[in-house]
Amino acid sequence: MRHIVGIAGLLALAALALVGGCGEPQFSDAEKKIIASLALNTLPSLKPDTTNRYADVPAAAALGSTLFFDVGMSRDGTLSCSTCHKIDRQFQDDLPQAVGVGHTNRRTMPLAGVARNPWFFWDGRRDSLWAQALTPLENPLEQAGNRAAFAHYIKKRFGERYERIFGPLPDLSTVPANAGPLGTDVEKAAWNAMPSGQQEDVNRVFANIGKAIAAFERSIEPEQTRFDRFAIDLATGAKPEGDAAFSPEEIVGLKLFIGKANCVTCHNGSRFTDNSFHNTGVPPIDGLPPDRGRVDGVAQVEADPFNCFGKFRDGDESACRELRFMVKDGPQIVRAYKTPSLRGAASRPPYMHAGQFATLDEVVAHYSKAPIAVEGVSEVHPLDLSDRERAALVAFLKTLSD
Amino acid sequence: MASIWRYILAGLGLAALLVGIVAAVYLTLPQSAPGPDLSRSKKTANGLFLASFEPERGAVRQGELQSWLLTLKTAAGAPVEGAAITVSGGMPQHDHGLPTSPQATDYLGEGRYRIDGVKFTMSGWWQLHFGISAAAGSDSVVFNVVL
Ligand code: HEC
Ligand code: HEC
Repeated sequence: MRHIVGIAGLLALAALALVGGCGEPQFSDAEKKIIASLALNTLPSLKPDTTNRYADVPAAAALGSTLFFDVGMSRDGTLSCSTCHKIDRQFQDDLPQAVGVGHTNRRTMPLAGVARNPWFFWDGRRDSLWAQALTPLENPLEQAGNRAAFAHYIKKRFGERYERIFGPLPDLSTVPANAGPLGTDVEKAAWNAMPSGQQEDVNRVFANIGKAIAAFERSIEPEQTRFDRFAIDLATGAKPEGDAAFSPEEIVGLKLFIGKANCVTCHNGSRFTDNSFHNTGVPPIDGLPPDRGRVDGVAQVEADPFNCFGKFRDGDESACRELRFMVKDGPQIVRAYKTPSLRGAASRPPYMHAGQFATLDEVVAHYSKAPIAVEGVSEVHPLDLSDRERAALVAFLKTLSD
Repeated sequence: MASIWRYILAGLGLAALLVGIVAAVYLTLPQSAPGPDLSRSKKTANGLFLASFEPERGAVRQGELQSWLLTLKTAAGAPVEGAAITVSGGMPQHDHGLPTSPQATDYLGEGRYRIDGVKFTMSGWWQLHFGISAAAGSDSVVFNVVL
């Protein structure tokens, strides 16, 4: 009798080994499909932006690049876009909150693949890359300029280049040196005293500055990583070699990411973002002004004169479907923030919209615990990951940076 | 000797049994997972209308704003004209709503309404609820979409 039990046990083990595939097929077909959908080679080519007819004009991109790095584009002549979006740091600045003319309440966002976003900023308060670029120029905490001063500056420094792209500059001789609807009280008064035709002339130059900068930003794209090399080999059935081979820990992390830990529900597609807004219970930072995320972003993008429905858009209104069909209310947009791409994240701490977490370990610990949101309702639920599982997730996230 | 053969035979029998069990488990697994009703055509909740819902241009693509067609017929098969349609929905397993606010934007004739602004941002089970008001009365219908 004992022998029968022994033999049956052995056979059972053999059967299990067969079912388990002797550890050979590491990923199920469903897992392979998800992994393939995350790889960079599935990133579609960049769609034209019909709201900006200069989006793919090389001279516009060249001017935009000049403006992006030009500290003349600020109130004191000390700051440019690249002060915060540093070209050698994935176009961000490694700070928990950005510092311009003043201290802001949000973390600088990296720019790889930014032209693919339907919404801009952590709260999506702008709906095009060119309308986004106008915001820091006039934000008193960032470049702190005003649109009349920018129009004069463009005419003085880049008049010829500007006119070759956008056509003749308007007559600015009677436009005040400093005026804008968002500036200091004096600047606001000067703006309100301008005839509306003149305001529109200045707005047009201002919008074109944004369009040139956007044309430049379209060239900033994500780069291939170890994960992509691994994913391509997995998809083609080749055995990943060299740095494309994943360690057992990285494989566990990848499986968690697309499986039990549910990360891929929001961080999906080849940019690891669903381009949408979620409350994930990230706590606010004491001492910063109240931040309600998307719910305020919605009101701001609707009020923005440079939004897709406004008169500075090129092309027709069919390009405005994101704005037209956006969710405008409901509890789900309270303290909801845009899902960030995870490409390159491991090498650019800190994390979250106000740099709440200093390390990826802290990020993963947050998802494991999933604390209740201070306002609104968090969409993430406790995962109760073991130490080993948390470390594996971090190991996997690092493969998106090497 | 004979006893060894008996063991081997018994072993083989057990092996066959195991293979059988494993096979049975494999075969029954997919069926045992309960899935939502995926039909694209159905009666509305109170049976006032026959509704069908499908993407306007072929396939469903994750992460893209797409337009769908909602086609409404009366129980007698006549196209429903002039219906007022409201759209809501979400992911029942994640308790969150839709990432966009789809709307009935155009009437295309023959009971067909364009529902534009539909976007599925993640894979999984989505639900779209339609409230329908027309001459025949008001009714509602829910369609499930699994990505
Ligand atoms: C003072 C630092 C600072 C300066 C200067 C600055 N930015 Fe930013 N940038 C930020 C911060 C902080 C955010 C996120 C802000 C928020 O969500 O409120 C951001 C967000 C962005 C985004 C949105 C990215 C996304 O994925 O949504 C783009 C694009 C961008 N900046 C481009 C620019 C351009 C172009 C300029 C120059 C015209 C510029 N920035 C100037 C700090 C800066
Ligand atoms: C419900 C959607 C959702 C899920 C699920 C989710 N994330 Fe996130 N993730 C977000 C959002 C939204 C943010 C930004 C939140 C903020 O700034 O307040 C974020 C931020 C992050 C960041 C910081 C990136 C940066 O640049 O600041 C990392 C890293 C990250 N998530 C990893 C993960 C991992 C790992 C998982 C799975 C354990 C996961 N996420 C699950 C939506 C999600």
